[in-house]
Amino acid sequence: MLKASSTTTPATEILPEPRPTKLPLIDLEGIAMFWLRDMNRLWRQRPRLYSSIARALIWLFALGFGLRRSFVPIAGLTYEQFVFPGIIAMTIIFSGLMSAISIVYDREFGFLKEVMVAPTPRTTLVIGKCLGGATSSTVYAAVILVFAPLAGVTLTPLGVIGALGTMFLTALALSSLGIAIAVRISDIENFGTIQNFITLPLYLFSGAVFPTRGVPGWLGAILLLNPLTYGVNAIRGTLLGYNIATIPLDLAVLCVFTLVMLVLAILLTRREV
Amino acid sequence: MTISVQQLSRSFGEIAAVKGINFEVGRGETFGFLGPNGAGKSTTIKMLCTLLRPSGGRAFVNGFDIEQESAAVRQTIGIVFQDPTLDEYLTAEQNLLYHCMIYHTPRKTRSARVREVLQLVGLDERRKDQVKTFSGGMKRRLEVARGLLHQPQTLFLDEPTVGLDPQTRRSVWEYVLRLRETTGLTIFMTTHYMDEAEYCDRIGIIDDGHIVALDTPAALKRMMGQDIVSITISDTEGAVAEVSRWLGRAVQHEGNVLQIEGENGQTLAAALIRHLTLADIEVRDVTVQAPSLEDVFVHLTGHAIREESSERLSLRMRHRLRH
Repeated sequence: MLKASSTTTPATEILPEPRPTKLPLIDLEGIAMFWLRDMNRLWRQRPRLYSSIARALIWLFALGFGLRRSFVPIAGLTYEQFVFPGIIAMTIIFSGLMSAISIVYDREFGFLKEVMVAPTPRTTLVIGKCLGGATSSTVYAAVILVFAPLAGVTLTPLGVIGALGTMFLTALALSSLGIAIAVRISDIENFGTIQNFITLPLYLFSGAVFPTRGVPGWLGAILLLNPLTYGVNAIRGTLLGYNIATIPLDLAVLCVFTLVMLVLAILLTRREV
Repeated sequence: MTISVQQLSRSFGEIAAVKGINFEVGRGETFGFLGPNGAGKSTTIKMLCTLLRPSGGRAFVNGFDIEQESAAVRQTIGIVFQDPTLDEYLTAEQNLLYHCMIYHTPRKTRSARVREVLQLVGLDERRKDQVKTFSGGMKRRLEVARGLLHQPQTLFLDEPTVGLDPQTRRSVWEYVLRLRETTGLTIFMTTHYMDEAEYCDRIGIIDDGHIVALDTPAALKRMMGQDIVSITISDTEGAVAEVSRWLGRAVQHEGNVLQIEGENGQTLAAALIRHLTLADIEVRDVTVQAPSLEDVFVHLTGHAIREESSERLSLRMRHRLRH
């Protein structure tokens, strides 16, 4: 029957079925697709978890046991206790930027094209990737929480819940930053260079490894500009009850930073691949 | 009309890639764009798929304006790109299910639909396997299956078999042709392989951003004149006399090779052999030359399709740099 209609082209134009002619601003199912795909990747790349744990333990032992004697205890915290939230933050930076790099891979290996021609807005890629990356990072960081007793940190149910929440917000901020960089990069090697250039400074100038009070003015300015400073402070606050007063500000800064980065990333996303 | 293109053009900076083209594709038709690399094929397909905004002109796909109603265009077309776009780490089935999610196909029928398209391209048994274990041809077929998942009215194939070996190319085509038989889908494809262009109901020959000819493959070849039968014989004079008498017109010959033009070369050759043999003239060799699309292409554009002038190459390089 269909074949017959192909040979005799109808004289009158066939009216198209009514369909939405504009893309929505947000496409939840498309976002869910990216999130699921990242969860699939997280499960498949379980070995990465071991290297993440190894890295965290190396930093904990090298810094914690190496620096404990030269550290003047603050608010009764040993250096291992103090640095433990910082190491969780480090895990978030590494995995947050790692998940953003997958956009560059998706462009290189073509999957991005499949998404770019689908009836889904550009926000899908950015928001979906950000949520997927942040969830993965939080999972990685949560695994490190298990090693809290090694650093002499006592976990309380409330502390863990609060820490998971602040970890997720920190992960959102880092993922959105990574994505804003990744959407404009077409070469994997370039991303590697940028990532190396960003990861360590973000980590070292965030208060993850040293107290932020009493630092020189120039360093203080850098600390204030680094989104991770707020993340580290919030995680430390929820886990150790240290510097609790600033947590609402920390969380607000993380949220605003994430939103700004998401908007930036969406604006930077090209229509063409 | 499934596709209607009016004065469509696209420039990249100073360089005009597509220079005001017009054509229409009917429902159920297989329409091909034939042209060398850099002729504007991919640019046109990208515009029709709403990946690229035109610099001028208009186009409608499935009745929707590609600029004003891009969401509806996207929902009603399937695309197989020149380069692979699968997630190799996912299984075939996962790739298809994720496609359903971004195309919002009805949830209830998803798994059935996935099985259906996998069967169509002969990959149902491999549905649980990671795509990275697939051969080049299987990946292509999976992409065709994915392009059909959301029941598009028009399927775009951009150089669907580029980079595949001849055997795999044939198998991909078998599936595509079967698809055309069973679904009545409109297919718009680009190619620079002459033999693939033959599968099309109509062909547009595109060169340097212009459509230089548009017709059925047979009509295009007819433009080049009739078939030529060349016969090598032992007794040239006798043969010339015999054939001239039979055809009722003068016959050309070069040495001991007779060249006779005719509507259907193969039938003509058979008849000639019969006649000459009956007249006791030994036929040593026969060749039939039918005009090919390649001849048509050379005739229309003044160059062969495979050669790439340095100018065109540099244009393509500049395109690459821009993307």
